[in-house]
Amino acid sequence: MTESTKANRGTKSPATKGNGFAIQAFSISRKFGNLVAVNSIDLSIKEGELFSMLGPNGAGKTTTIKMLCCLLRPSSGTATIMGHDIQKDSIAVKEVIDISPQETAIAEHLNAWENLSLIGGIYGFEKQEVKKRSEELLKMMGLTDRAKEQVRKYSGGMKRRLSIAMALVSDPQVLFLDEPTLGLDPQSRRSIWEHIAELKGKKTIVLTTHYLEEADALADRIAIIDEGKIVALGTSRELKDSISDMQVMVVKAKNLTSDAIEGLREIYPEVRAVEDGVEITAKEVSSYEIVDYLRPKGVVIESTSLKQVTLDDVFLHLTGKELRE
Amino acid sequence: MRFMELAKRNLKVMYRDLLSLGLTILFPPALLLILSPLARFGGIWAPTMITPGIVLFGFAMITMSSAVILARDRESALLSRLLTTPLRANDFISAYSLPYIPVAIIQIVAIFAIGGLLGLEISGNAGLVFLVLFVMSLGFIGLGMILGALLTYNQLSAVYAPVILLVVFGGAWVPLEVMGGVFQSIMNALPFAHALDAARDIMAHGAGFSDIATDFYWVLGYTLVLFALGIFLFRRRMVE
Repeated sequence: MTESTKANRGTKSPATKGNGFAIQAFSISRKFGNLVAVNSIDLSIKEGELFSMLGPNGAGKTTTIKMLCCLLRPSSGTATIMGHDIQKDSIAVKEVIDISPQETAIAEHLNAWENLSLIGGIYGFEKQEVKKRSEELLKMMGLTDRAKEQVRKYSGGMKRRLSIAMALVSDPQVLFLDEPTLGLDPQSRRSIWEHIAELKGKKTIVLTTHYLEEADALADRIAIIDEGKIVALGTSRELKDSISDMQVMVVKAKNLTSDAIEGLREIYPEVRAVEDGVEITAKEVSSYEIVDYLRPKGVVIESTSLKQVTLDDVFLHLTGKELRE
Repeated sequence: MRFMELAKRNLKVMYRDLLSLGLTILFPPALLLILSPLARFGGIWAPTMITPGIVLFGFAMITMSSAVILARDRESALLSRLLTTPLRANDFISAYSLPYIPVAIIQIVAIFAIGGLLGLEISGNAGLVFLVLFVMSLGFIGLGMILGALLTYNQLSAVYAPVILLVVFGGAWVPLEVMGGVFQSIMNALPFAHALDAARDIMAHGAGFSDIATDFYWVLGYTLVLFALGIFLFRRRMVE
C-alpha cells in the first residue's frame, strides 16, 4: 500500500475524531419523486459494532446503505463515516469503506484471483500484499480450489462468498453487507453467517437483511426499519423485552381458512399465519376464546401453547406487518 | 494510477471475447480487400481515398465496442461496487478508453498494410497521417464513452447503424460533395471529414503539417471536448 493511501485511510476529520462512532447519520432522508424511501433516519454506530438493519423489501435499507456509500445523494440530512462527510468528502469515505452489494457484484469474465486483485489494486495495495490477503480470503471463503476458474461458472453461494471476499480484500474500516445471503440455500446461508461471525469486533459492519434469524444470530444491535423509518433500535434482547408484557400463543390447527384467520384478527390484531396454524401476539391470549371461535368454523385444533417472543413477533407488534410480506 | 487495475480488467474482458475483438480488428482490413476491385473506378475508391475511409469505419466499430463494455458494466452491480471505491470519473473514463488504444493502432497499421499491398502510395509524411488518424481514433473512443455513459446496452444497438452510416456517408466512402446541402454542412462541422481531408491531402499531395493544421486542430479539439463531455456525463451518473 502506498504511503498516501495509508494516510488517507487512517485520517479522520477533527470534529469527530475519536468520538468512537464509525457511522453517524443526521436526519438523513431520500425521496424518489413523491415516494419517501428513507425518512429522517438518525444513526450512531460504534467502531467495531455489527449493526443490522432489519426490515422487509422496500423498507429503505438498501437506499440507506447506498447513501452511506456515496452512491445516492440524500434529499436532506447527511452522515459521516469515520468522521468524513458523505457529501463533502466522498473520496475519503470511499477510502475507508467497502461493500458487498445486494446483487452479486463480481466481474464474471475474471477468475477469483483476478477479481480480488482488481479491488485490491484499485485501493492501492501492493501486488504482494493483495496476493497474501487474497490467499487468506479464498481459504476463509472456501474458494481456493476453484480460484483460477472464471467466476461465471460458480454457483450462487460461491459468487456471494467471493463478493464478500472482494469487500474484505481492501481491509475496510467499515464494511457494508447488503442482504449477503439473499436467495441462498440454508447451508450456504449458514456458511456465510460463520464467515461474518469471524469478522465480529474486527471491523464495523452494517448488515442489512430481511431474515430475522440472521440479525438475531449476528448483530450487536438491530434497527427495525419500516417504510423508511427506524421503528425500534436495540439489542435482540432489548427488542424482545420491549414486548415482554405480551404473550405469543401458537395454535396448531387443520382446515384453517383465510376467513377464519381474518376473523381471529378482529379479536387479536396481531395474528401471523405459520406453516401449520397461527401465532397470536397479545397482552392476554385465551386459548378457550380461540377454541370457541375456531371450532364452529370447522377448524380442527391440534394444540395451543405459549412460546418465547421472537424478533418476528416484535416486528409484527411494531409495524402490524409480517417481516416476509 | 489506480485506474490501471480497471483498465487491465477491461482489456481481459476484451481479449476473452475473441469473436468481437477479432471482428473489430480484422473486419475493416478484410473489407478493404473486398472493396479493392472498385479501385479501377478511381475517385473515392482510389487507394489514397478509400484507405483512410476504411480506417474511420473501423474506428466507428471501436466506438460501439467501447460504449458496449461501459454500458454493460453500468447496468450491472459490478459498476455500483466500483463506484464505491475511490476511483474518480476521469479514472473510469481512462480505464474504459485505454484498452481500445492498441486496437485502434493495430487497425490503422493493418488497414494501411493491406492498402500498401493494393498499391497505396503515401507522398507525404506517413507519421503525420498516423498522427491525424490516431487523434481521430481517440475522438471515436471518447464518443464511445459518451454513448456508454448515457445509453443502455439495448439502446446502443439502435445507435450502431446511424453511427456507422454517418461515417460512411460523411466522406469516408461517399464524397461529401455528392451528399451536399445541410448534410454536408453538418459533416463539415464534425471532425470526421476533417480527419479524412487531412490524411488524404498528406497521402495524395504531400501536404505538410502547416497545410493540414486547421483540420488537425479541428480533430484534436473535438477529441478533447468528447473526452471532457464523457467525464462530465459519467460524473453526473456516479451519484444519483
